[in-house]
Amino acid sequence: MNDPVFRTMKDLPSVHLLGAGTSMCAGCGGLEILHEIYDLVGEKTVVVNAAGCMTLLANYPFTPFRGSWLYTSMASAPAGAQGVRDALDILVEKKRIKPEENLEVVVLTGDGAAYGMGLSATSSAIERGLDFLYLCYDNEGYGNTGQQYSEATPHAARTATSRGPRGFPGYKKDLFAIWAAHRPAYAATVVASDPVDLARKIEKARSIKGPRLLTALSPCPTGWGFDPKESIEIGKLAVKTGVWPLKEYVGGTVTHTHIPRPRFPVEEYLKTQGRFAHLFHPERNEALLKEIQALIDAYWEGVG
Amino acid sequence: MKRMLLTGNAAAAWGARLANVEYVPAFPITPQTEIIETIANWIDTDELSGCRMVTLESEHSMITAAGGAAAAGVRVFTATSSQGLLYGMEMIYTVAGWRVPFVLVNVSRGLATPITLEPDHNDILAARDSGFLQIHCSTCQEVLDGTLMAYRLAEDERVRLPVIVNMDGFYLSFTREPVEIPDPEMVKCFLPPFDPENIRFLSGDPVSEAVAVLGGSPYSYFRYETHLAAMNAVPVYEEISRDFADVFGRAYEPVEAYRTEDAEIVFFMIGSFATKAREAVDRLRDAGKPVGLVRPRLLRPFPDDAIRRVLAGKRGVVVIDQNISPGKGGVLHAELASVLYGRPSAPRVLVSFIAGLGGRDIAPEEFYEMASVTRTAAEQGTIPPPRLLYTATELRDVRKLQAIAHVERKGRSS
Repeated sequence: MNDPVFRTMKDLPSVHLLGAGTSMCAGCGGLEILHEIYDLVGEKTVVVNAAGCMTLLANYPFTPFRGSWLYTSMASAPAGAQGVRDALDILVEKKRIKPEENLEVVVLTGDGAAYGMGLSATSSAIERGLDFLYLCYDNEGYGNTGQQYSEATPHAARTATSRGPRGFPGYKKDLFAIWAAHRPAYAATVVASDPVDLARKIEKARSIKGPRLLTALSPCPTGWGFDPKESIEIGKLAVKTGVWPLKEYVGGTVTHTHIPRPRFPVEEYLKTQGRFAHLFHPERNEALLKEIQALIDAYWEGVG
Repeated sequence: MKRMLLTGNAAAAWGARLANVEYVPAFPITPQTEIIETIANWIDTDELSGCRMVTLESEHSMITAAGGAAAAGVRVFTATSSQGLLYGMEMIYTVAGWRVPFVLVNVSRGLATPITLEPDHNDILAARDSGFLQIHCSTCQEVLDGTLMAYRLAEDERVRLPVIVNMDGFYLSFTREPVEIPDPEMVKCFLPPFDPENIRFLSGDPVSEAVAVLGGSPYSYFRYETHLAAMNAVPVYEEISRDFADVFGRAYEPVEAYRTEDAEIVFFMIGSFATKAREAVDRLRDAGKPVGLVRPRLLRPFPDDAIRRVLAGKRGVVVIDQNISPGKGGVLHAELASVLYGRPSAPRVLVSFIAGLGGRDIAPEEFYEMASVTRTAAEQGTIPPPRLLYTATELRDVRKLQAIAHVERKGRSS
C-alpha cells in the first residue's frame, strides 16, 4: 500500500467547504467532525440526512453545504441513500447524465437514529452492499430534544431522563461491533480531535466501494455540560482514557489505529463534564467510578 | 393490442411494465405480492429491461427509497397494502411534500385490529390527507389503464405529486378478468419518457431538498403549494382522460356515472364493490325503479364539481362507506356532505351505510333495501341514523364462534 497522503496536520485541506453561521451550538463536536469530513469529501456529494441536530443545518432558504442535501426522516436515511444511489447509477448507465455529474451519497445521522430507530434500515443497506458513506455523530443522547438518554448513552451519565443519583442505568450499545458483524466494506470510529486519524480513515473509505460507516464521538457542550471551548480537549481525553477507542474494520479485521499508552484514568475524562458531576459531588461514588474504569480496562485487555 | 385474462395484481404489473418504469423499490405484503413477483420475474427473464428492483426491509424504507429515486429523476413504481401503507405512512406524507412524481399501487385490505386479509378502505383513506393523489379502480382493466394515467398525472409539471392507484385485495387483486394490453408503441404516444427537468441531484448543480423551515409562514406556504398542485390535478386529470380515450378508446372520467340521467336514488361508493352496485342498479331498473350509481375514480383531488353535477336534482343518495371512522361513521359520507351542503340543487337526503368491512359481502337484497330506505327518507324528509350492515345470520354465526371460544377456554383452564 502507498504511503498515506495524510501524515500530519499540514497535509489536511486548508480550504474549508462547509459554510459558517449555522444553528448548531457553540463547540458542537458533531459539527466539527462534519467540517473535517466535508473538507475531504467535498461538494460532489448528496448528504442524505436523518432527523437530529444536524437537520437544522439546512434551514430554508439557507444551507452551509456547497453540494446537495436531502432530509428524509429519523428512521430511513439509508433507504433514501439507496434510492438516490440507484437512481444515479441508472442515469449514468443509460447515459442520461455524464459520469462526472455523478455524486457520492453520504448519510448524516445522529446516534438516536443510528443506534435505534434507523438501525434496521442501516443493517439492510449494509446487507445489500449499498455504495455509500455513513456518518454517525454520536453525542450519546437525544441531543436535539434536550439530551434524553439514548441507546448510545454511557453508563451512569446524567441525562434529561436519567437525573437520579446513579444516572443512566444502561450501557452504551456497541454499534461498531454490530456494523462489523455485517462485514461491511469499511467501518471506523473517529473523533474530531484527531483529524489526521480521521483523514486517513476517510481516505481509505473512499478508496473502497460498498457500505462504509463511521461513527464519531461528538462532545456536546449543552448535553454533556461543559464549556464549548473544551470540546476538542474532551475528545482528546476520551481517546487518552480509552473511553473512545479509535479503530477500523476492513476485510474482516478490526485494527486499533491508536492505542493509548499510558492510558489515563477515566476520571480525567468524567470530571470534565456536568453529566458525570454526581460521581464526584457531593461525594465520590467509588463503586460507580470503579465499575466504569473496570469496563474500560476489560475492553483494552481484550485488545492485547 | 392483445387481450389476456389478468388478475388485478398482474394488471398493475403490466401497467408498470408498459410505463417503462426504471426503478422498483419493493416489500412484500399480502395481497400485493403478485405485483412485485411478476415484475421481479420479468426483470430476471429480460422481459422488462432497463429496470432495477430492490427489496427494502420495510415499507417505511421502501417509500423513502421510492421518493429518493424519484427526486433524482427516474421513473419509479412501487406497491403495498394495508399495514404496509400504514407502516410507511410517515414517508407517504413526507415524500408527497418532496413533490416527486411516482406511482404506488395500493391493494386495499382491512386494518388491524383484528388483523385480517380481505379488503376495505380504511388503509387508503388513512392516506387521504397526505398529498398523494388517489385513483380508485373497480376492474382489472382500470388498474392497468389507471396506472398509465397515474404517471401522466404525477409527472405533469402543473402537478408533480405522487399518485396512489387503489384496488381491492382479493376481489380485484386475485380475480382474473379479460384485460386489453395496450400496444407499447401507443403507450409511448400517450406516456412519453419522464422528463424530470429540475428534479435531480447532479454534481455542479447542487439542490437542497426537503429542508427544515422555522415558523408557520414558510410552512403554510409549502403546504398550500402542495394543496394547489393537488387541485390542479382535477383539470389535468380531465385532459389526460380525454387523451387516453383518444388513443385507446376507453374513457375514464373523474367520476363514473351509471344510469344516473333520470335516476332519483343514486348509490355513491368507490372500489370493486361498485360493480355489485352496478348489477343492483340494473335489477332495480328492471323492476322499474329509477336508480343509478356514482363512483368517484379520483378521490384526491376530490372532484367536487363533477360530483355536484351528476348528483344535481337527485332525491336521495345511498352513501356506502367500505370504511369506518369509529366515533363518526363513514368517511365518504362526510366528504360528500361537504360538497353538497347548502347547494340549491343538492339531493334532499344523504343516507349513510357502512358495509363491506374486511371483505364482508354486500348482497343484492342489501342494495335493494338501502335504495328503499333512502327513497323513504327522501319522501318523508327524515334522515335515518347511519346503518352498519350486518345480518341476523351473521350475528348468530359470530355468537357460535364466541361459544366455541368460551368452551375451549374453559376446557383449557379446568
